[in-house]
Amino acid sequence: MVERRPGLNLLTHLILLIGVAIVAFPVYITFVASTHTAQEVVQAPMPLVPGAHLVDNYTTALLGTRTGHGSKAAVGRMMFVSLVSALIIAIGKIAISLLSAFAIVYFRFPLRMLFFWAIFVTLMLPVEVRIAPTYKVVADLGMLNTFAGLTVPLIASATATFLFRQFFLTVPDELVEAARIDGAGPMRFFKDVLLPLSATSVAALFVIQFIYGWNQYLWPLLVTTDESMYPVVIGIKRMIAGGEAQQEWNLVMATAILAMIPPALVVMAMQKWFVKGLVDTEK
Amino acid sequence: MAAEKRVVFRSGWLPWLLLAPQVAVIGVFFFWPAGQALLQSLQQSDAFGTSVEWVGLDNFRQLWADETYIASFRTTAVFSMLVAVLGIGVSLLLAVFADRVLRGATVYRTLLIWPYAVAPAVAGVLWLFMFAPSIGLVSYALGSLGFEWNHLLDSDHAMALIVMAAVWKQISYNFLFFLAGLQSIPKSLVEAAAIDGARPWRRFWSIQLPLLSPTTFFLLVINVVYAFFDTFGIIDASTQGGPGKDTSILVYRVYHDGFKALDLGGSAAQSVVLMAIVVALTVVQFRYIERKVTY
Repeated sequence: MVERRPGLNLLTHLILLIGVAIVAFPVYITFVASTHTAQEVVQAPMPLVPGAHLVDNYTTALLGTRTGHGSKAAVGRMMFVSLVSALIIAIGKIAISLLSAFAIVYFRFPLRMLFFWAIFVTLMLPVEVRIAPTYKVVADLGMLNTFAGLTVPLIASATATFLFRQFFLTVPDELVEAARIDGAGPMRFFKDVLLPLSATSVAALFVIQFIYGWNQYLWPLLVTTDESMYPVVIGIKRMIAGGEAQQEWNLVMATAILAMIPPALVVMAMQKWFVKGLVDTEK
Repeated sequence: MAAEKRVVFRSGWLPWLLLAPQVAVIGVFFFWPAGQALLQSLQQSDAFGTSVEWVGLDNFRQLWADETYIASFRTTAVFSMLVAVLGIGVSLLLAVFADRVLRGATVYRTLLIWPYAVAPAVAGVLWLFMFAPSIGLVSYALGSLGFEWNHLLDSDHAMALIVMAAVWKQISYNFLFFLAGLQSIPKSLVEAAAIDGARPWRRFWSIQLPLLSPTTFFLLVINVVYAFFDTFGIIDASTQGGPGKDTSILVYRVYHDGFKALDLGGSAAQSVVLMAIVVALTVVQFRYIERKVTY
């Protein structure tokens, strides 16, 4: 703050509060809708304050004991599927990227740069541009409706490999020499020196990749046809069937809130690493 | 990229073993399918997959002759420009004001960044629910003001709906980068201008905005990429490309033609077009990153 301007300060807080309100409004409405009965929600205008059916709606959604149109799969199971896939994707991406960055930086071998560029080029091949043939590969391998099918095709990561490569290049050579003199082999060096040094990068990437994994939509939409393998984001979409008025919007909205909670918690709780991860990956 | 390690380990087999998982995944799930897409774009197969014939560039010719595909290009361009410009404008406004706040800045930041965590498809459902013609709260409010909202019939309304949902989700990302950019501007510059009598508005236009231009350009590219590729969930959950094909952006169309209409050759040709677009966008992005180093 350079000078004293009470009027401008007031305007500052006003604008920011309006911003926060606009950002929060859709979620507030969603929450309100998730605490009423289906009838109350579809009677326009819907109530603007939370109702009395919070526990009912969330238990019905979580256990999948609802009636009516659309998919009736239990949201509890979906959350589990989402959690497992997001964890496999995040940990898998970090693990294979650490290993390949280690190989590329700390070894000399034929075709090294070819591999490096091959990994780089995958940046230019997002799932969205090659969906049909990738689907065919996964179907031929018998990976439809499996955790492997949901996660493995998304595990390769050019950004993470890059990030670790950049980081490894800044690690002083003296550490390698010292490790060598002490008789440590490459894997020992990797485990006891590089991994601990990379901890903050790993945490930052984990936040970003967990959210990426949790929020996947197009890919699970293709490879899951069995209700027991729906991630929660797909589950919401499958619940919406038929006309608007017949929806049990209260349950759909309860599911939406449930789908938002884990990634939002990760962002808020790990804010420092989240910001670092965004800036590092520029994703 | 020229940097190399002076000290390395020696092993004939270990680096291959370390690379194996990543190479296996990119080989099987990236390069093989991408190659297939290239091949299929030159072939025509019937819907049952019993016969395949080589048709050269016919699939591409059909695409260019298809008015709805050209229209889909236009839709994508309009959509991504709206998302980028609105998203950048709103976040810049919020970031400039958040940069002024002394106390409570982290509170505002926390309250503004979490939509990043919301899945695009969930964002689509949230906005669909608010704007649903018969039951939505906002559409009801608009109705009582005499404005008839119906995104199922009016394509401008449908476009507005997906733009709002996409911008809402992207604000947090842009905001963080703008805030970081603003905070890295040396305080002495702003103070010197204030001593010379420049008021906040003038300081914004003459100092902060020009110094933010690398950030703005970077965000422009990122937002266009986002609008092109990461908004599939928003569209599929809210408008499903409708009414007609008026919100069917390129990525939605590849999916629709490949999986709903089962036109594999046409879908593959579209994939190839999209790959060309990604390559172009990536080149733009990396040329910029090279320049950023000299700033």
